[in-house]
Amino acid sequence: MKLYEYEARNLFREQGIPVPEFRVVSTAEEALKAAEEIGGRLVVKAQVLVAGRGKAGGVKLAENPEEAYRYAKQMLGSEIKGELVKKVLISKAVDIDRELYLSIIVDRSIGAPVILSSPEGGVDIEELARSKPEKILKIFVDPVVGIREYHAREAARFLDLDEQTLKKAQQIVIDLYKVFEKYSCELAEINPLALTPEGSLVAIDAKIILDDNALYKYPEFSGEYVRDLSYYEAEAKKMNFSYVELDGNIGILCNGAGLTMATMDSVYILGGKPANFLDIGGGARADLVERAVSLLLKHPRTEVLFINILGGITRCDEVARGIVEAIKKTGVAKKMVVRLKGTNEEEGRRILEENGIYVLEEMDEAARKAVQLGGAI
Amino acid sequence: MTVLINSETRVVVQGITGREGSFHTKTMLNYGTKIVAGVTPGKGGSIVEGVPVYDSVKEALRRHPEIDTSIVFVPARYASEAVYEAIEAGLNLVVIITEGIPVHESMKFTRYAKLNNTVIVGPNCPGVISPGESKVGIMPGQVFSKGRVGIVSRSGTLTYEIAYAMTKAGIGQSTSIGIGGDPVLGTTFIDALEMFREDDGTDAVVLIGEIGGDMEERAARYIIEERYEKPVVAYIAGRTAPPGKRMGHAGAIISMGVGDAASKIKMLREAGVDVAELPSQIPGLLKKVLKK
Repeated sequence: MKLYEYEARNLFREQGIPVPEFRVVSTAEEALKAAEEIGGRLVVKAQVLVAGRGKAGGVKLAENPEEAYRYAKQMLGSEIKGELVKKVLISKAVDIDRELYLSIIVDRSIGAPVILSSPEGGVDIEELARSKPEKILKIFVDPVVGIREYHAREAARFLDLDEQTLKKAQQIVIDLYKVFEKYSCELAEINPLALTPEGSLVAIDAKIILDDNALYKYPEFSGEYVRDLSYYEAEAKKMNFSYVELDGNIGILCNGAGLTMATMDSVYILGGKPANFLDIGGGARADLVERAVSLLLKHPRTEVLFINILGGITRCDEVARGIVEAIKKTGVAKKMVVRLKGTNEEEGRRILEENGIYVLEEMDEAARKAVQLGGAI
Repeated sequence: MTVLINSETRVVVQGITGREGSFHTKTMLNYGTKIVAGVTPGKGGSIVEGVPVYDSVKEALRRHPEIDTSIVFVPARYASEAVYEAIEAGLNLVVIITEGIPVHESMKFTRYAKLNNTVIVGPNCPGVISPGESKVGIMPGQVFSKGRVGIVSRSGTLTYEIAYAMTKAGIGQSTSIGIGGDPVLGTTFIDALEMFREDDGTDAVVLIGEIGGDMEERAARYIIEERYEKPVVAYIAGRTAPPGKRMGHAGAIISMGVGDAASKIKMLREAGVDVAELPSQIPGLLKKVLKK
């Protein structure tokens, strides 16, 4: 789960990483008050989770509190790349000599934390990795041992700083790692880390992505878990399904992530367009299947339901009962293609056929049928 | 021959008294897996499906020194504890079925396992099956059949789909390894390819990948650099997945410009791997490469 910038800044500040003085506000009046308290030149930043807010007008430099008020008023309630701005951050503007980059990530390919350091911050790190890979230093940290002084020294030295500032950078690397560990982050990033004319280092942006699997350890964030999900995604989440909104008209409902993806791909390859991706996981009972099927029956863009189940721990008869119940309870009849294979398949087929739902045995055949019913696009 | 497990494998089930643990103990026993003990702290002395339960792995091992493998069904919040216990007890193989373990924990125990020469399969995986010999996992045994093709996969049900298609086409499997759907895993595609390379009971390998990370790309590089001798065919799930969305598995996400299906398919093809468009095409591709 991605944190808002102000939340990430709070975690940085709590750990002693220098950040510019700031306030978070949700009305223009509060913004004016905060701006007057801080005083001088200010930066107004929309608190949204979408990437690229700067280019979309979500970051503005104000010469004085009145100007900050005007920017805050413009941003609050507006949309940035489709995301509603509910809060803005009012921050003291910092004079910048150079922009640097520091982050700690979970590197999937080696299964360990990696420190990324670059003397050329302020740009998109993926872009930098493509254009000047030699400007990024990667340092492997053994997860069993954790960060050591020499890791921090190596990362700081690569930033190309004088001796005095070097020590400060070293401490920031250590502190950033502490935040990374303490909050089970997938990513903790400072981009840019500003070097001021006075030789201070200040984190003027803050990005943190928490591991969804570790959220239970941080009740202060887990309550807002559904923040970046659509209505259907949030509903599915409550029932412990994986759900992703797509833009077609064929609803995909399967058991297991790999099979759901393969089913989605097959529909697409055969010329159809999936409306959504719904993975009910393993071992779902009839009541859960009913709720999953109901969700897609109510989904306005879904015209055809393609249910593809390969029963292992999931029983086909439970699935069949869930489908029948969902149709009865919602009273919605949509075109439906069901493929059942595996545990209790015969019983499942019997239940569905008694209710007028025909069951197919092969996945390709079923995918073709679903595409045909959806109308090739 | 097979890899990782065979008819001699002796298993302890960690979390045996839970709903999942007891259910799958039964299905594994029915398959013929030699489960000799179970562990649930505080439940020592009880019996599940005829299997004696102990309070710790150490105690189970004292009574049954032949145990070499563990399968973990312990819920996510306590799973790491169980894994460390199994590694410290010196087991050769620990299969972690549990889904939802924080990645900071799996980074630590996978590293700790390497330092102790314990092989970890998972987390968040369906387990390992050597058809006709042993099943240390939750897969439906009936879709698999004994044979000479190895399977390595990041997915569960999709593997069953492909194994079922292979079995129907008369192509059996030596061993099928479900390495799991998490971002950090104990066994990678490369590890599995190495195991199958050494195994004289395996003639070809099916690699079932998905979006997220660069494990498939690394496997492709390994095949080229090591001049991998055995034919490999592949299927990659998620080629139509939108970027930035987690597709069911914690690890199935295209992020920071890495992990899309197109680059995986391209690199695998460059390595001489036949990549299927649909899961049902795998048996046909296998027949082609096995003829050569």
